[in-house]
Amino acid sequence: MGSRASRLLREEEIEEIKKETGFSHSQITRLYSRFTSLDKGENGTLSREDFQRIPELAINPLGDRIINAFFPEGEDQVNFRGFMRTLAHFRPIEDNEKNKNTSATEPLNSRTNKLLFAFRLYDLDRDDKISRDELLQVLRMMVGVNISDEQLGSIADRTIQEADTNGDSCISFNEFIKVLEKVDVEQKMSIRFLH
Amino acid sequence: MATSWLLKLFLCVFLMACGGLSLPSEEAETQNTQRDTGTGSSSNATGDGGHGAVAIAALRIVTWKWHHITAPYLVALWILVAWLCKLIIESNHHVTNVIPESVLLICFGFMLGGMIWGADKVQTFTLTPTVFFYFLLPQVILDAGYHMPNKLFFTNLGAILVYAVIGTCWNAASLGLSLWGCHMGGLMGDLDIGLLQYLLFGSLMAAVDPVAVIAVFEQVQVNGVLFIIVFGESLLNDGVTVVLFNVFDGFVSLGGSQIDAAEIVKGIVSFFVVAFGGSLVGIAFGLLISLLTRFTKNIQIIEPGFIFVMGYLSYLTAEMLSLSAILSTVFCGVLCQKYVRANMHEHSVQTVKYAMKVFANGSETIIFVFLGISAIDKVIWVWNTGFILLTVFFVFVYRFIGVFFLTWILNRYRLVPLEFIDQVIMSYGGLRGAVAYGLAVMLDENKIKEKNLMVCTTLIVVYCTVIWQGITMKPLVTWLKVKRAEVNELTLLEKMTNKMFNHTLVAIEDISGQIGHNYLRSKWKYFEEKWMSRILMKPSARKKQDEVFNVFHQLNLKDAMEYVAEAERRGSLEFIRKESVVINFRKKFESEYSEDMPDMRANMSNGHRATSTTRERIPSVSVEMHKHTMKAMTEAEAVNAHHLLDQHLYKSRNQHRHGFSRSDFIINKDEKEVQEIFKRTMKNRMDSFQSAKMGVSPKTVIKHTKNEHQRKMPKGKSISQTKLCYSCDEDFEFSEGDSTSGYDLPYPSFPMRDSRPGGGIENSAFVSDLNPTDSLQTPDWLAEGELDSSMVAPSLRGQASPPSSPIEMRRLGLLRISTRSTDTKQMNNDQLPLPPTPPPPPPPSGHM
Repeated sequence: MGSRASRLLREEEIEEIKKETGFSHSQITRLYSRFTSLDKGENGTLSREDFQRIPELAINPLGDRIINAFFPEGEDQVNFRGFMRTLAHFRPIEDNEKNKNTSATEPLNSRTNKLLFAFRLYDLDRDDKISRDELLQVLRMMVGVNISDEQLGSIADRTIQEADTNGDSCISFNEFIKVLEKVDVEQKMSIRFLH
Repeated sequence: MATSWLLKLFLCVFLMACGGLSLPSEEAETQNTQRDTGTGSSSNATGDGGHGAVAIAALRIVTWKWHHITAPYLVALWILVAWLCKLIIESNHHVTNVIPESVLLICFGFMLGGMIWGADKVQTFTLTPTVFFYFLLPQVILDAGYHMPNKLFFTNLGAILVYAVIGTCWNAASLGLSLWGCHMGGLMGDLDIGLLQYLLFGSLMAAVDPVAVIAVFEQVQVNGVLFIIVFGESLLNDGVTVVLFNVFDGFVSLGGSQIDAAEIVKGIVSFFVVAFGGSLVGIAFGLLISLLTRFTKNIQIIEPGFIFVMGYLSYLTAEMLSLSAILSTVFCGVLCQKYVRANMHEHSVQTVKYAMKVFANGSETIIFVFLGISAIDKVIWVWNTGFILLTVFFVFVYRFIGVFFLTWILNRYRLVPLEFIDQVIMSYGGLRGAVAYGLAVMLDENKIKEKNLMVCTTLIVVYCTVIWQGITMKPLVTWLKVKRAEVNELTLLEKMTNKMFNHTLVAIEDISGQIGHNYLRSKWKYFEEKWMSRILMKPSARKKQDEVFNVFHQLNLKDAMEYVAEAERRGSLEFIRKESVVINFRKKFESEYSEDMPDMRANMSNGHRATSTTRERIPSVSVEMHKHTMKAMTEAEAVNAHHLLDQHLYKSRNQHRHGFSRSDFIINKDEKEVQEIFKRTMKNRMDSFQSAKMGVSPKTVIKHTKNEHQRKMPKGKSISQTKLCYSCDEDFEFSEGDSTSGYDLPYPSFPMRDSRPGGGIENSAFVSDLNPTDSLQTPDWLAEGELDSSMVAPSLRGQASPPSSPIEMRRLGLLRISTRSTDTKQMNNDQLPLPPTPPPPPPPSGHM
């Protein structure tokens, strides 16, 4: 299985992905085999249904939001490249990357990009603001039914009020960054990809 | 000679009882019996088989009464003296800022020891291993386990174990072998110490001491990961130390020739037995405690005592089975903390917390003072420059080498590598302390001829590390710019986003097909929710588990406290007693606020003077409440205040159905959360599937499963309808606060109302913008509340938190306006006759 997968993936493609995402060669081939095993239609792209077939995602409260994050706006297919691009957000920041000058484009796994990923999970309509309603939806997904809608509403109000500095009753990305200033995002939004 | 024996006996008895005394006072009865048995056994165990005690008692029959009282009297006196030392030290903050408390305590110990020495010409009070290991240490360890930051601990468990196991073995072996090598090289002169004895010495010196680490690191406040690694190591290496010490002690007794492969294998096996056995005993006791607290509802007074007794028993049980007692107690504390906090009454939880701190801190103080006292003893001071200096040198150097080497290996596997600076601090934090000293004193003089040299060297190493490294730690941390611990201000968005991160990571692991930390954590969480919580937690407590809501609750309490304090300042606390409905007090508050708004600034600048004068005359206030709040305000720790307030607010909430409490849920959560999420997800998928079929874009707003919810929160189509209505309304203008966010304007701010797009009256939002002080008119939610008494109060801050600064006030004003734009319309519909400018409310008495 693994060997077939790597045969299908051309060397130059691997190189490009490597450059863009920072994954190592072996990580890319490993993830490619995962990609093909998810790809039931065997057409080189994943659809939402492909993701939804992963059983654990059905019991993840944010499962569908995260699936959505894999798809560029307006599309419902994602190829391996896009798949890797999304996963690259979760690559830990390595030592040598930290010291690298920021002249080049920011790597996908930078702190800002990690935060942006989280921000997009809230921001459904992609207007770069988290409105009260969007917040309420996420809250509703993450808390159990034992909290009433009224309580949830006031939680949302309060959350916005805490973060909102310019008084527009929305949380902009800058405000979002500000609130999470002290959170160790680098660690909390990273997983270890097998080599 | 007889006097010295007598005194030694007293000391033992006194210190024994000291341990007994420092257990919780709620347990008076149990404790008494325990102390009795404790003293009884001590006279048997220590006083040379007890016959000495009998002889002395017979001789001193005249002074029988004093004799009778001496032991507990001395115990109490010594505790008092030790704590007074701490009091003196803590009252000089400019000194403790430079020199850590533990160092000063040791110095006080030197002084006290000098006094005793001067009086008796012999050191009568020393830290004996029995007292230290059975009575002083358990409390410190139990506290450490019970207050362990679990998540941090378990995420770094791998690293901690590596340092604790391999690091400690390395320290022991390298120190022992190097000293032996130097001995062979002739650097130490004539010493009667063999290789095995060196290794024994190395093993007792190897362990980093939890007491010293807590004392020093608590003052430095380094970041969490760094702290937990050093601290966790110091706790978990006990298993290794115990094994190494016992094994080498056994080897020394056996003699070099008798040691064969089988013995060594036995030693290795005993390591696993001691470490895992100890942990298992702890886990068993932790489960027992959790289970027990499920049923202690009716004996709330002594409820907290169970934690202490069971924790202590877990220590003693492990000790009895010759397993690692420290590991046992740590795991007991770690395991039970969650369930204990959920099961017990909040008062008991607070009691446990504070009592634990009292005992741990008290013991720690006594330990350090006695470490100092023990030094002033001529008997143990055997000087051997080579041996002592080399030991200090090797301890220091091998710690650095070990940490750097292990970190180098670990960093290849760690998600976030430990930086160079962190490694320096970790090495530097390798403090040795009372555990090493206790073990050294336990050495058998018959087997090890140079015991006193070893004790003396141990003491010097302890002083070197605690005093020298303790003093220099803070400047070093500042100089190296080590990441400090961040002050944890809890905000809802942070909490939410943290949870979101967790879910996201699990999902990404699922998608990328890896089994990692997060995967395991989510599995554990699932297991815990399904089994552990079910068995160990009260059903009522289980329902209350929700982090986001807990934060919200805490914040609300804080607000409430501020609010009461603020209201009290103006002498308007009667609302607590008034049997009127919630509206009254809200209205009152609102009116007062609007009235005072112009005064606020003046008030602020007047500061405390105004406060104190107004506080003097509040005749109408319920005295009890007043007292409580005053007390609460003086408390530095808000938690305490939360509690006092908690009670009162709950009460008023029950009267007024003021439901921001989490114990007030109507819906009960019998279904499993997982099922809930699953159903929701499936429903969403069905919806999006259907909508996709109907030709609508799949990326619609995610729908909510509950119909009523949908009704309450019009979305999608209804939004556009509402919007349409608004844009039709010619008179409508955006208020200042809304101008930037026209988008979310049509959303009704409080979901319990239907948005009724009203007819074209003049725009109330605009009016209220012009009149920021206009708030006597009953706000819409209050009007609603009149109709619906079961209404749930939204966040206090959301509607009427006392603004503490003009800026905040302005912001609040805007917010309030902007979030109720639709409702103000409706309100004006209902209350047309209300004049736009309210008549000035009566000025509150506080400002007369």
